[in-house]
Amino acid sequence: MNDTLRGVVVPLVYLLSAALFIFGLKRMSRVRTARSGNAVASLAMLLAVVGTLVELGHIDYRWILAGLAVGSAIGAVVAARVPMTSMPELVALLNGFGGAASTLVALSVYWVDVVEPGRVGTAASVMGGAGAATAVLSVLIGTVTFSGSLVAFGKLKGTLSGNPVLLPGRHVLNVLLLLGTLGAGTWFGFYAAEPSTGVALVLAMTGVALVLGVLLVLPIGGADMPVVVSLLNSYSGVAASATGFVIGNNLLIISGAMVGAAGLILTRIMCVAMNRSLVSVVMGGFGGEEAAAAGGKEEYTNVRSAGAEEAAMVLEAASSVVVVPGYGLAVAQAQHAVRELADLLQKRGARISYAIHPVAGRMPGHMNVLLAEADVPYEQLVEMEQINPEFHNTDVVLVLGANDVVNPAAETKTDSPIYGMPILEVHHAKTVFVVKRSLGSGYAGVKNELFEYPNTMMIFGDAKKVLQDLVSELKHL
Amino acid sequence: MTMGPLLVGLYVFVLACFVGFEVINKVPPTLHTPLMSGANAISGITIVGALYAARTGEVSVSNILGAVAIAFATLNVVGGFLVTDRMLRMFGKKK
Repeated sequence: MNDTLRGVVVPLVYLLSAALFIFGLKRMSRVRTARSGNAVASLAMLLAVVGTLVELGHIDYRWILAGLAVGSAIGAVVAARVPMTSMPELVALLNGFGGAASTLVALSVYWVDVVEPGRVGTAASVMGGAGAATAVLSVLIGTVTFSGSLVAFGKLKGTLSGNPVLLPGRHVLNVLLLLGTLGAGTWFGFYAAEPSTGVALVLAMTGVALVLGVLLVLPIGGADMPVVVSLLNSYSGVAASATGFVIGNNLLIISGAMVGAAGLILTRIMCVAMNRSLVSVVMGGFGGEEAAAAGGKEEYTNVRSAGAEEAAMVLEAASSVVVVPGYGLAVAQAQHAVRELADLLQKRGARISYAIHPVAGRMPGHMNVLLAEADVPYEQLVEMEQINPEFHNTDVVLVLGANDVVNPAAETKTDSPIYGMPILEVHHAKTVFVVKRSLGSGYAGVKNELFEYPNTMMIFGDAKKVLQDLVSELKHL
Repeated sequence: MTMGPLLVGLYVFVLACFVGFEVINKVPPTLHTPLMSGANAISGITIVGALYAARTGEVSVSNILGAVAIAFATLNVVGGFLVTDRMLRMFGKKK
């Protein structure tokens, strides 16, 4: 009975789980079915865990229960508490933990199979050549995912500076580190016969891979972080897949490979949206100080600013208003305030829409989540391609904490670092109000020529405060 | 012809990559963030490997590594799915 259970039923449960992952992921790619898709995928995960516990049979569950309890408790609290604005950081962090888990599994298998029984012989002779090789890959990819994700987390959160950190000769250094990890991995897997040498090598390899992950992400500017997170997400899938090879489990291979492919697709979509090539993102150096030196340090001349009262009068007369929400809106937690203003204007007969740049917020779709949280009607969110021809007929554009995505320099200045990036062409509107704390530059660190346009007026201040002022002014008009 | 486990694994890997590309190829931008978060939760499948790694009760390096791996992977899975649901619930609110 137990043999049938382990030999047939459990593998079939894994197969069902893999099929449900595919089905869930498919449903997650449509708005209407997305939530149920996520539920299906969680069910698949539950099946996989239960199947594994059944296969393990009657064993000592002490460590397993401890791990499950700690992970579930922290995961549930974090998921319930984190504000929607911090979503990119959270994804980066969770992703890093997934990578670390893959590394630790491979290390643990090595300890169980080789070190603890005190076997003499190479890892390959005990675990098999394929087992040793994939264990090395699992450790390498998992560790790079872990330390890279932590750096991305720090940069997104602002703990680490978003500026690219450019070490001289970093590309050579990174290649050397990669070759170093692979060299140590090969020696560890196929040549080191003494367990003590093996342990030293595998720890050295992990250490170097940690450094490599940090050095790979440090040179990349804050503006490119979403791409990096997406790419690291792909890596964590590949790491899980490699772990699947180590323990000989097709479910891990399938799910990991799917996530790897999904991460790559999303990465490509984001690169297209920002007009960046993946290679130039990975090479680093874009955004922050360097770009600022190329054009951001120029002084602004002829900037006009307006107060809430003046802006409210213009808004009151407008029959079509387009709101351009950016990350600044999210930081100020102003998504509810903007909806209040929009409702007020709508009551006075204005047509309201929200222009969503593909990378508004910090990740594609991030802004949609934030606006949905504030109950903004789905129909009012318009994507870039649809809204751009409309700006000619728009009375007022309200730019809230967005910067680079409305910079006309992307269309006109060939030497600008953001030249060629698709933008929202708000400068065609009759009046543009830009709500911003200061004239400081955006993520890409370049000067925004929009601010000097004759039809542009700046409203300086915190987005939420300005919106509340506008609402109260409008109510008095 | 019989194939070794490594070869079977490679077949599965390559085919699963294609499935991933096909399934995710067309996604409205609205869903990119939730999808990234959901896919990230799925990558926590490495939890299955972690469960294999802590099978006895004794205090040993392998068990400690395994337990930490379980905790990390569970955090990835539970946090990932719950937070994805939280995001998607907001889309559901609209009629």
